[in-house]
Amino acid sequence: MAYTLTVNGRRRTVDVDGDTPLLWVLRDELGLTGTKFGCGAGLCGACTVHLDGTATRSCTVPVEAAAGTAVTTIEALSPDRSHPVQVAWLAEQVPQCGYCQSGMIMAAAALLKETPKPTEAEIDAAITNLCRCGTYPRVKQAILRAAAGA
Amino acid sequence: MTALMTASPRVGRRGFLQGMAASAASLTIGFHLPAKAAGPAAATDGALVNAWLRIGPDGFVTVLSNVSELGQGTSSAIAQVLADELDLDWSRVGTAHAPVEAPYFNPLIQQYAVWGSTGMSTQFEALRKVGAQARAMLVQAAAARWTVAPESCATRDGAVVHDASGRSLGYGDLAVEAAKLTPPAEPALKPKEQWRYIGKGMPRLDLPAKVDGSAVFGVDVALEGLRVATIRQAPVFGGRLLSVDEGPALAVKGVEKVVRLPDAVAVVARGYWQAHKGIEALSPVWDTGDNPKLDSAGVSARLHAALEAGEAKTFPRRDQDPAAQEAATKQALDTAATRFTRTYEAPFLHHATLEPMNGTARMTADGGVELWLPTQNQSQGRLAIAAALGIPAEKVTIHTTLIGGGFGRRIEVDYGVQAALIAKAAGVPVKLIWSREEDTGHGFYRPAAVARVTAGLDADRTLKGMVFEAAAPGLFPYSELGKVERNRTMPVEFTGLMYALRLPYAVGAYRAAYARTDVGVRCGFWRSVGDSQNAFFVESFIDELAVEAGADPVDYRRRLLAQAPRELGVLDAVAAASGWGAALPKGVHRGIALSRSNGSSSAMVIEIGVDGTAVTLRKVWFAIDCGLCVNPDSVKRQIEGGVIFGLTAAMTGKITVAGGAVEQGNFHDVPLMTMAGAPAFAVMVLETGGRMGGVGEEGVAAAAPALANALFRATGNRYRSLPLIDHGFTFAG
Repeated sequence: MAYTLTVNGRRRTVDVDGDTPLLWVLRDELGLTGTKFGCGAGLCGACTVHLDGTATRSCTVPVEAAAGTAVTTIEALSPDRSHPVQVAWLAEQVPQCGYCQSGMIMAAAALLKETPKPTEAEIDAAITNLCRCGTYPRVKQAILRAAAGA
Repeated sequence: MTALMTASPRVGRRGFLQGMAASAASLTIGFHLPAKAAGPAAATDGALVNAWLRIGPDGFVTVLSNVSELGQGTSSAIAQVLADELDLDWSRVGTAHAPVEAPYFNPLIQQYAVWGSTGMSTQFEALRKVGAQARAMLVQAAAARWTVAPESCATRDGAVVHDASGRSLGYGDLAVEAAKLTPPAEPALKPKEQWRYIGKGMPRLDLPAKVDGSAVFGVDVALEGLRVATIRQAPVFGGRLLSVDEGPALAVKGVEKVVRLPDAVAVVARGYWQAHKGIEALSPVWDTGDNPKLDSAGVSARLHAALEAGEAKTFPRRDQDPAAQEAATKQALDTAATRFTRTYEAPFLHHATLEPMNGTARMTADGGVELWLPTQNQSQGRLAIAAALGIPAEKVTIHTTLIGGGFGRRIEVDYGVQAALIAKAAGVPVKLIWSREEDTGHGFYRPAAVARVTAGLDADRTLKGMVFEAAAPGLFPYSELGKVERNRTMPVEFTGLMYALRLPYAVGAYRAAYARTDVGVRCGFWRSVGDSQNAFFVESFIDELAVEAGADPVDYRRRLLAQAPRELGVLDAVAAASGWGAALPKGVHRGIALSRSNGSSSAMVIEIGVDGTAVTLRKVWFAIDCGLCVNPDSVKRQIEGGVIFGLTAAMTGKITVAGGAVEQGNFHDVPLMTMAGAPAFAVMVLETGGRMGGVGEEGVAAAAPALANALFRATGNRYRSLPLIDHGFTFAG
């Protein structure tokens, strides 16, 4: 059946089963592959997008629940890698393999929108995405850098 | 797809200078060391060749990396080396994956593959020469155009300059002419004092695409008419597919085909979700043989029994045959005042790359297959896929994608073989994506291992001799890399004794013995391989000896390292940086451990907070001597990540087996460290200028023993088996 949602500022209609996770609508139907598949169970955060501005793990959101919402993916966080989080990420040279980083960045951007000057404890509590390469120290540094406006 | 396609230009197999077929306005330089063999049929044992580069008409330089980018940053490091020799402008340099052709085979292993932290250390000098040759040719081209002597020209920021006349020509203007010239045999290399990029923390070239979602990993491959498949493999080790009723899957909307493989069933659909629903609908029937009797308790018992039964065989050393080693250690232990024996144990571990196993395959009109794979073992992959399809290796083309974590798992090519078989059966291009549960349940696990270590001590606790005996499954029977090693230079599997084969410590008479004990669990190469368990065993034991001797663990190690200057250097560095020996607040404790592998030496101090059984990782000090270092910042990140990898395993890592199958599935029962649990870091890269070693694996091995040694200081108890949660600890975060 057809579902309509706003993705990165554009109204998109997709014809899929209602239980199809938003992640697979983004990746397979809309070709937005920046959002990653890691676990399919909301455990790793690689699929984090903004759903009406809130960081959301898209692998556990059926499209029928996402219909009518506004979705922002990593591709549209900024047009040119100029979002403060992206700038800080490059300044701190955060990614290694990079696979979890789209989700990390989306989670960090949502955190900073809500809490512009987070403490380290607030960062620990908010960013629970998994990174197998162990970029956590750099992720934290980058978030603090973005928060400082540096 | 554009990025992938442009990353795979053709190059002559003999590695001669060759213009790009598609673009006359670019310079393609391929260089090679003297060829042992060349030609299409010799593609897997051919020339020892190195990297090359492409200079576009706009002067943009694309460095073709022959090292799969698993996150370790080697593609950028290769570019740094070339950029230095060529005097490039770093903002005008990019990287792409070199095609799987003989000119790009790693000189050490003679394969297109990367493992053992060798991506840079085995190629550094050859890469410098590649860059210097290209520079000389560009200078020659400019000098000819200006009719001046090449010696009167210099190079600067991607251009040849003639300062006497104030003229300058960008490399992009010279590339076509330079490409026609013969590379000089022995070009002058840029002296170390003039390096601008080597040794500097240059920003990695692959990172911009990793912060905006444009990086193309294996799971992101897009092709015309591509279908998505997912798979259900026999859950029990060695299981075979007996039968499956396709009906329930085919009834799912979007499912197009069910494909039977010998040990698995796959569903091909329009997209992943439909394939997932299709596979979930199936009830395959498996032939499991006797394997359901296999469980973790049995594995452990078998490993202990192997040691008890004396199955461990002394590993031959170059300087001493096994009989002589045995006589020397027997004499040392027999004449010692006391014997001190401890037994340690480590579990199976999984790689748990964030990007699940996947591969994309498309059959070609000429009966071949083209694949897009997140692989670090292209040479062996091609052979395995060719064998599975019954076609010559030349008909298998592999494009390397970015890789969402490897840690050894992408040495295997099972997912590539499956993708090819499924694409062939389905008659359409197929992207196979494993579920997380399949990934966890069908790994090539770090072997479970048991070690018994015995020391002979004099009355004054001086070490007279030491014997290390380990029992563990081997990797060679299962791993694609093992198949190579087994057939090549290593007639005896050594992986079970890594780190223990030659200790950095002077322990008197010494021997290491190994009982390869295959138990039916598929094992493979896991970041740092045998060091990962054996450093835990050895460094725990040395710590115990320090206690026996009433010595501080740093002082004790220092005494045994008089003949090991690199290890002594890193030990002293972490001791000094951490202020080892200073009084610590209540509930705060420290542990130390060393490791040595891939030509690098490391030492680590960890500081933990302990409140009952609740443990917080406070800080890690780590010193590495990896010799000459191309990018110290990148090395620090590799160490941080490696330490977190090792600590994660030490705290919670285990794969257990019941009924012949892996018990773990998703991240809820394969817990990984999160940001809240990560310690602070102080990593020191010692600039000793020695021979270049590896860095990708070096953070891992010392982590577990350092943590266990700290817990001993905290509790007075020795934890001789992993993971530590099994001893009742909980870890913050």
